[in-house]
Parts: sequence; C-alpha cells; structure tokens
Amino acid sequence: MTQVAQLERYLDAYTEFARETAGAPAWLRELRDTAFARFSSVGFPTLRDEDWRFTGLARLTRTPFRLARGSDNHFTVSDLVQWRMEGAAARLVFVDGRLEPQLSNWGTLPRGVTVNGLAKEIASQPDALPKHFGRYLDIQRDPFSALNTAFAEDGAYIHVARGVALEQPIHLLFITTSGPAPAMTHPRNLIVVENEGQATIIEDYVSHGDATPAFSNAVTELVAGENASVQHIMLEREHLQTFNFSTLRIEQARSANVASHSLLLGGSLVRNNVHPVLHGEGGECLINGLFIGSGRQHLDNYMLVEHASPHCASRQFYNGILDQQAHGVFHGRIVVHKDAQKTDAKQTNRNLLLDDNAQIDTKPQLEIYADDVKCTHGATIGQIEETALFYLRSRGIGEMEARRLLLEAFAGECIERMKPGAAREYTESIVFERLLSVANAGSYGKSSVVEERDRNWEEVG
Amino acid sequence: MSLLEIRNLHAEVDGHEILKGIDLTINPGEVHSIMGPNGSGKSTLAQVLSRREAYHVTQGEVLFNGKNLLEMKPEEAAREGVFLAFQYPVEIPGIGNAYFLRSALNAIRTHHGLDELDAMDFIPFYREKMQLLDMDERLMNRSVNEGFSGGEKKRNEILQMAVLEPKLAILDETDSGLDIDALRIVAQGVNAMRSPDRSMLVVTHYQRLLDYIVPDFVHVLVDGRIVRSGGKELALELEDKGYGWIENAPAAAGAVRA
Repeated sequence: MTQVAQLERYLDAYTEFARETAGAPAWLRELRDTAFARFSSVGFPTLRDEDWRFTGLARLTRTPFRLARGSDNHFTVSDLVQWRMEGAAARLVFVDGRLEPQLSNWGTLPRGVTVNGLAKEIASQPDALPKHFGRYLDIQRDPFSALNTAFAEDGAYIHVARGVALEQPIHLLFITTSGPAPAMTHPRNLIVVENEGQATIIEDYVSHGDATPAFSNAVTELVAGENASVQHIMLEREHLQTFNFSTLRIEQARSANVASHSLLLGGSLVRNNVHPVLHGEGGECLINGLFIGSGRQHLDNYMLVEHASPHCASRQFYNGILDQQAHGVFHGRIVVHKDAQKTDAKQTNRNLLLDDNAQIDTKPQLEIYADDVKCTHGATIGQIEETALFYLRSRGIGEMEARRLLLEAFAGECIERMKPGAAREYTESIVFERLLSVANAGSYGKSSVVEERDRNWEEVG
Repeated sequence: MSLLEIRNLHAEVDGHEILKGIDLTINPGEVHSIMGPNGSGKSTLAQVLSRREAYHVTQGEVLFNGKNLLEMKPEEAAREGVFLAFQYPVEIPGIGNAYFLRSALNAIRTHHGLDELDAMDFIPFYREKMQLLDMDERLMNRSVNEGFSGGEKKRNEILQMAVLEPKLAILDETDSGLDIDALRIVAQGVNAMRSPDRSMLVVTHYQRLLDYIVPDFVHVLVDGRIVRSGGKELALELEDKGYGWIENAPAAAGAVRA
C-alpha cells in the first residue's frame, strides 16, 4: 500500500473526528488542524530518518486502525482488581483513551491538587489550558506528536499548586480493549507542578483481551516549576500485538528536580520518547529506564536531553534485558546549548542479551555547543555471567532461581533509583513478575523455535 | 562407608586432558590435602567435584555418600553436602549476602525435608557465624563479595561453609593472597568446623596453610595423577625439597594411602 493511501485513512479519520468535535474551543481546533496538516505533509518516519534508524514502521503503517470512539466493553470496578495499586492518592481509569469516571477514584486529595480528565477540564476551563497545553511539545520534529495533537481529546489533567507536596502517587491507568477491528487511541496528558510543588505520577498502560492489534500513541507534557520535585513513571505492559508509542516532554524551570522512570515490558512494537528541556539554572533530571523483551518484541528508547541553561545536571541510566529474538534500541541524544555552561550530563546503557538471536542497538549522540561542560556516556552489552551462575548454584540454589536472582539484581539497579514508596513497590512487583517469566522461559543461547513472522520491519515504498 | 570414593577419574577442559586417572578415598571426619605444582590439576579436581559444567569427565566414577556424584548438577551436589570454597570468590552486585545465603540454606533444607528459615530465624544464626570469623556485620547487607577485600572474600567463603554445614568442604587455594593474620582467622573458622561427620579436601600449592589446618593425609598431584600419598609430614618434606623432588622421582606405585 502506498504512503498516500495510508495517510488517506488518517485523513478520513481526522475529517470525521473534526466534524464530531466541532464544538471544541477555537484554539484547540486550530491546534489540531495545524498538527494534522503537519502530520499529512511529513507522514510516518522511515529508516532513513536518523531518529528512526533502528525501528521500521511497516507493520504499523500497514494496519488499518480506526479511531476508538468509546468502548463497547463494560468494565466494573471488580474487573480492575488485577491492576490495583496500593497506596495511590487517586486513580484515573481510561478505557480506550476515554476517562471512565465511575471506575476512577479521586481519593482524598489535599487542597491545591487538581486531578481531572482533560476533556472535562477543556470543557470547564477552556481559556486556562492554552497557557501550557501544546506549548512544549514539538510537533514539527516528531510526526507521532503531531498525530497525537491532531486527535487530542482526553487524558489526564493534573495540577499541583505552589508549595503543595503530594506524598502518595497518582495512578493513571490506560486500558486498551480488544474490539472487532484494530483501533487507535491518542491519550493526551498535561501535568503541571507549580513552584516548590511535589508529586509522583504513574502512567500504566495495560491491555484487556489480545485478539486485535491496537495502537496507543500517548503524549504527556510535564511542567515542573521552580524548585518543584516530580517523579514520573511510565509502565508499559500491553499485550504482544500492540503498538505502543509515547512521548514525555518535560519542561523544567530553575532548580526543578524531575525523575522519569520508563519501564517497557510488553507490546509488540514500542517506542518511548523522553524529552526534557532544562530551562532554568540548577535543574536536575534523572532519566531512568528498564526494558525487558522476549519473543519478537521491539523496544525502542529514544531520549533527547536538552541543556538550555547553565549549572544543570542530567543522568540517563537504561538497562535492557533481551531474550529470544527481541530487539532493543537505546538512542540517547544530549544537546548542550551555547549558554549552558557547567552542564554535567551522564549517560549509561547496560544490556543483557540472553539469547544469541537477541539484538540491541545502542547509540549515544552528544551535541555540545558550550565549552565548559562535562558529558560522559558509556554502553555495555553482556550475558549472564557463567561464573556468577555457577557460584550461586554451587551453594544449592537451583538454576532457574539463580537466573532469576541475577536478572532481578540487574533490573534492581533501575528500581533502586526510584523513590521508596507505593509507586516503587507496585512497579517492582510487576517487573519481578515479568522477570520470572523470562527466567523460566529461558532459551539462553540455545536457538529457540518461535513462530515465524516478518522479522524485519522492512520499509514500505 | 567412605564419604567420597574417586575411581580412575579422567577429566578434560577444552579438549585437554587434565586429570589422568585419580583414585582417592575420603572417610567421614578426615582432612585430606591435595598439593601440587601449578597446572597439575588441583583446581580441576575441585571444580569437577563441585560439578562445574565446563569440566568434562571422560572416564572413571565418583561416589559421594554412595551416590553417583557425576550425575549431579552443581546445585544437587551442594544440596547433598558438597561445598567448594572458591579460589576466586565471585562478586555479584545487587544480591545481598544475607538474602543469598538464606536462599541457599533454604534450598538445602528443603532438599532434606526441613522447613525453610525466615529472616527472623536466620539472622541471629548468621550473625553468630560472622562473629566466629571476625567479620564486620555491616557486610551482611552488602552485595555478595562486592567491594570486599581479598581477605574478606575468603572469610566470606568460610562463613558460607559454616552456615551451610556441608559434609565435604573443598577448599581451593583458600590461603592464596592472605596475610598471616587473615590466614589465622580463616583457619580458625575451618578448624571450628572439623567434626567426625565432616570431611575436608584442602587444595593448596603451599605448605603454609597446613600449619594451621593440619591434614590427616597429604597427596601430591603431578600432571593429573596422584604420585605420592602420606601423612602430614609429606607436606613438610615437600616444603623442604620442592616439587622437583617428586616430579623427578618415579610415580609411587598405586599412590597408596596410609
């Protein structure tokens, strides 16, 4: 199918969407139109695009997705028990991109904390939103961000007022259901933590049913005011037919401290973009990630860290565990702008390949326009050490258990960078459960028979 | 019944034959020392007995407590009571010492039909053994061997042995890299574990260790064969005359044990 024919499907979807949402505020309609125009003019990226060198999109672009418009699936609160997080301050549940208020739980939020659905917020505060909404996301650079903005309608809106510290995390649960045909959703979140505010937000992407492919293309704009402290967790564990794309755009003011933790565990083709801009002096940013792939999963981690002010520090740590024919990508780009003197940027990517057929592409990319900076990067690729495995086994620990312990230790490096608390415990239990399945599946170097599908995400002409 | 019965053991690594017919019998409570020059096969013997997969047995048999040791995986041998104190203990970042050792102990206990120990029961027991080896308690929660000094690593091996209480402890060059103070502490830990139902196989290049851990029998290994066996005085003789004395002498017939 030609690129034009593929884009036509999106045009049809957009035309219908624009008609249905004609009542939206003018600024939003304009933003959507501009974004869709941008998407139509550039289309989906190809392997020739430097930012997409390792991730082909043929399977995504070939699949005829329709825009999910509300779900036929009727969930009850008891259906949600499997995704329940203990100790959350509030939980918003989105089914196929739409907020489900009756499934959500606002808990007892302290004064100064607003948690709402974005659609509701647009309806009730149409003029307040443009202050931040769409201001930071670069729809020129990334077609998926443009596509998200074109279809932006619902998602989470979180506002933490100046000086308010929210101790417990806010849980945002995004459930993709399996309908009769492939469907796409474009969740859009806006998180604003004002000066000296503090919050932890966890975005949790899960699937219900796995019969049809789904395409989730989420964007979160996170604004951290001066001295604000924000922890953001992205937990992706969808079923193995999904395409999960996400972008976290972080805007940091002076001395703001933001930690982003991305955990990619599920999905068929996954791309996670993290794009912080350190816009005030003295800002600190931790970009921490863990990706665990098996089967034929393709997990792509793309980071663009922009140092735009002096005296800021950024740390990127990504650990990957890849088994069978899984393919991981770590693409860490650091841009130090001209005036960002005394920048301290560090990037580390460590990978464990458990099978001869697993693959990792790791690519650091430093662009430095200031002259007094410290930037380091490093990447390692290894296997489970035979000596460590033998050491554990020589003490009586069984082989599977020994592997599990070693995998947990490797993944634990990432978990330990999270703040202790409810969100970390929740994340840890999910990661360990995933590792248990990897440890028990154990193809480990032996060539495994996996159902043959098109391995190469070949380019579509 | 003997605890360990090695008969005509041949083993190779990467296609090279290292052990060329070892016969050795160890009875419960006995301490045997294997001495020999570099490359004689001492460590290979230790690794084969602890069932490292890279070491292939090509001939012979090994019975441990009447069971075929060569059919066991490393963890099975460990659960049956074989313990190897490593020459080079492995650092394992991210796994805590206490957690690791409790997992190991519970795997062994489960194998013997005993209840698992929870942390509450395990920690006091572990702490007591640490004191025996004069170890800093703070090491308990650090990662396995990570950042330990050479002496701490060797003491940690003996600590693990003290907790796991094996039937056969194999000490592979436990003296290497230790100063005399550390050696005394390690030897004291080992000697405290000597008992009528625990045997030891002390592999060493130097006689020095045997001043502290006094063996009942000494065997000299040269080029994959035991060329001479004797009592503890054999070690002293070796110290005096060097390995050249044995290497140049004809192999002792049958390597008879006293």
